[in-house]
Amino acid sequence: MMEIMEGSHAVAEAVKRCRPEVVSAYPITPQTHIVERLAEFVADGEMESDYLTVDSEFSALSACVGASAAGSRVYSSTSSQGLILMAEVCFNASGMRLPIVMSIANRALGAPLSIWNDQQDSIALRDSGWFQLYAEDVQELVDYHFLSFRVAEDHNILLPAFVCFDGFILSHTYEPVDIPDQEEVDAYLPPFNPYQKLDATDPISMGMYATPDYYMEFRYELDRAMERASRAIKDAGQAFGEQFGRSYGSLVEEYRMDDADTALVALGSICGTVKDAVDEMRDAGRKVGLLKLRSFRPFPKEEVAKALDGVSQVAVLEKNISPGSAMKGAVGLEVKDALWKTGIDVYSYVIGLGGRDVRKKDIAAVVDLAERGRGDMFYGLREELI
Amino acid sequence: MALNVGCAARPGRARDNKTGSWRVFRPVLDAEKCKKCGLCLLICPEGCISEDDEYPRVDYEYCKGCGLCAEECPAEAIEMEQEEK
Repeated sequence: MMEIMEGSHAVAEAVKRCRPEVVSAYPITPQTHIVERLAEFVADGEMESDYLTVDSEFSALSACVGASAAGSRVYSSTSSQGLILMAEVCFNASGMRLPIVMSIANRALGAPLSIWNDQQDSIALRDSGWFQLYAEDVQELVDYHFLSFRVAEDHNILLPAFVCFDGFILSHTYEPVDIPDQEEVDAYLPPFNPYQKLDATDPISMGMYATPDYYMEFRYELDRAMERASRAIKDAGQAFGEQFGRSYGSLVEEYRMDDADTALVALGSICGTVKDAVDEMRDAGRKVGLLKLRSFRPFPKEEVAKALDGVSQVAVLEKNISPGSAMKGAVGLEVKDALWKTGIDVYSYVIGLGGRDVRKKDIAAVVDLAERGRGDMFYGLREELI
Repeated sequence: MALNVGCAARPGRARDNKTGSWRVFRPVLDAEKCKKCGLCLLICPEGCISEDDEYPRVDYEYCKGCGLCAEECPAEAIEMEQEEK
């Protein structure tokens, strides 16, 4: 049923329908309304979960690791500095192959202190072994939660997941959204069937140490699972489409890419603005299109190469900065790698950091820069401050 | 393999991790100098020296090559020799 709902509350409704047995989160800044609403559900008896309030994000995710190892479906959510405080536990969760799903309201990292949106937090954890999906709007955000639990818990995958969405832009705004009924979600997402679990009557230890004789093979297996996740996400997205009518059968979405000469590449809510900007540029006769990435890890290299085949230049909009990288942005490097040897020019544009607005005219200006061969730069700096 | 998916292990499997692969120097006993005092058995932090035989015997599958036995041997009967790598 379609409802007008705040992004965070819509996530809470989705998570409730995923029936997590344990929710563990740090409820104070940086946090969204997601866990506040989940706490209400639990307190009101609408949701049968153990809701753990803890003293930090590090503790929150540590409790998730313990609960998941004990065989529970586990959910958490965080943002910004909270995610970075979890960093050590993130690597342990993926190494122990625990299928935890966590919503990340993407927000800037300090210093300087900022509560506004960019994607530095999740992109900084690119190599933590969690698959990362980025939602353009609240509907995708809701749907990705069902999809992520299904993929993460697949015994051929067993990877934790970030469901990333732009802080404030999606988390605190109201949009029409279809929240599926419980029975529909149950049909799509079966009860959690742990691959293995902590059990006093059949003991195992998890996350053991590995000597140099063993360590590399575990990292290899983690990488292979991430490669398999590409297929699993597409299959789960296809199955979702068949059941709910909204298909996510590809890790990318092409928007007006037919005959495009310049392609924009982006992740997350900025894609909505880019689509409007592309429409205006198309109306003005310019051959511009958008390639939206749903997934950053695993990186959809083949789909990106296929979708961008035939364009002259690519402009990657980056809500992150990798200081010291020649390209500046982390996403552009991957796009460039996908197009290596094709001769297509790929440029990164660091844009909209710390909540700075990105407007349609900014998108058009980036296209101008790319078509003039200028890129791998910050866009929209206030020159008077430098 | 000592470890399963998720670095999980059944009880007691830590002994399957053969820590001897860490070793750079291996202790080698000179039987002629050895007084069979047994100090090396007590000093070994890995507990991998036994006296099953007449003389102390090092279990090279677990010996990390720390060299404490050679350092403490009153008879200077243990030499640390570089492993071929």
